Amino acid sequence: MESATSTKRTSLMIGSVWLVLTLVVLTIGFRQALFLSPTDAEQGDVGRIFYWHVPSAMLGLVFPYINFVASLAFLYLRRRNPLAALTADAWAVAAAEVSVVFASICLVTGMLWGRAVWGIWWTWDWRLTSELLLWLLYVAYLMTRRMSTDGQTSTLGAIISVFAALDVPLVYFSIRWFRTQHPSPVFGGGADSGLDPSMYPAFLWNVLAWLMWGGFILAFRVAVERRRQRLDQLEGLRMLESDIDNFKLGGEPERGNAF
Amino acid sequence: MNFYRHVMAHLRKDLRLEWRSRDSMTGMLFFSLLVVVVFAMAFDPTAAVSRQISGGILWMTLLFASTMALNQAWTREQRNSVLDAQRMAPASAAALFFGKALANMIFVTGVEAVLAPLFTVFYNLHALGQGWLLLIVMPLGTWALVANGTFFAALGLRTRNRELMLPLVLFPISIPALLAMIQATTGILTGEIEPDLWIRLLVVYDVVFTTACLLLFDTLLNAE
Repeated sequence: MESATSTKRTSLMIGSVWLVLTLVVLTIGFRQALFLSPTDAEQGDVGRIFYWHVPSAMLGLVFPYINFVASLAFLYLRRRNPLAALTADAWAVAAAEVSVVFASICLVTGMLWGRAVWGIWWTWDWRLTSELLLWLLYVAYLMTRRMSTDGQTSTLGAIISVFAALDVPLVYFSIRWFRTQHPSPVFGGGADSGLDPSMYPAFLWNVLAWLMWGGFILAFRVAVERRRQRLDQLEGLRMLESDIDNFKLGGEPERGNAF
Repeated sequence: MNFYRHVMAHLRKDLRLEWRSRDSMTGMLFFSLLVVVVFAMAFDPTAAVSRQISGGILWMTLLFASTMALNQAWTREQRNSVLDAQRMAPASAAALFFGKALANMIFVTGVEAVLAPLFTVFYNLHALGQGWLLLIVMPLGTWALVANGTFFAALGLRTRNRELMLPLVLFPISIPALLAMIQATTGILTGEIEPDLWIRLLVVYDVVFTTACLLLFDTLLNAE
């Protein structure tokens, strides 16, 4: 009891410090991107959306890995250690939701930029298409979880996650053979690629800021999911322990320990 | 060896069930025929145009038709709690999946055998590329749809609105395979694209996802 309260207090403190640091770094990133970094010679100020678009595209590819690893861990632990498996499941669902958020930001900022620079909102280029498919896959994952019956949600979700992870590389290559219009990769795309050194501070600050933000949301969502699981557990226990003969209306169980 | 015997038993059972009712075959056939007619209304199928679009239409027709039939495939097992008996049987769950997928493969191939001449007649088709390659593309593409479809239809059983669930999961996961089969078929019909690359992608897709389905089916069947 004593240690549970102090652990809770410690995690609350770490969370608050982390949030404050994240907000500071986000502010620095914002200032760097809007005011300090030089205006793009060809695109003008529109080019500054790059500092939000590319970090979210990068992070939208990082969080699915967390989802995949957590899902594999869930499938492995499901029968061996159900409690640890529940933790893995909380990480999986949180990571999937954060992936969808970053993929959505990437798609929306990309469309805004495309409208201003290409003159069209959307084109079926391979990178746009694969990002859209990534988004669709993880929305399908969340939909499956939502529609599944109680008690099977985690297993079904984990299965879909494995399929999605197998699908992503195939989507990537197939669409790449299919179409190409997006500007070639900024990093590792040949002799002309790479950022101008003057753009680095703004870019790196924003990557760091959004990574910290993503981490914060992820941890927060995991904590919420853990609470929901504990509540489920408690409801189950209450059902088991209730006594039909001595049933008292409005009798509340002891809840203090669970939170 | 045991696995093979179990697969064959499941396959025989599914074929016999279908032979007695003929539900999914007739349903799929009539549905595909309707789709062919509806698409002919939507586009004007002259010989040149239809070569460009009929690869896509053919696979869309098969995708929708098999989605419909696959939704029914596991409902049969639910009557009289047969599925619960299957779960308790000492046979491996993968054998149950594989037998069911093979049976569905046979049904959809049957539909294709009827649909191919219909397409040729209604859309004035004749292949400008190597037509015999279609004999490789069709089974590979069908297996990609049917294997995943059988798996996700079983997954749909465990959800609240199962008819809706199958396309929601099957379509996004099948995109690479769909792209490959449509591109390969269009390539063969128009003779403009080399289908080799797409056929190879289909082979990779089939191998990867069949393995995943076989490995995960036991988990899916006992997902509590």
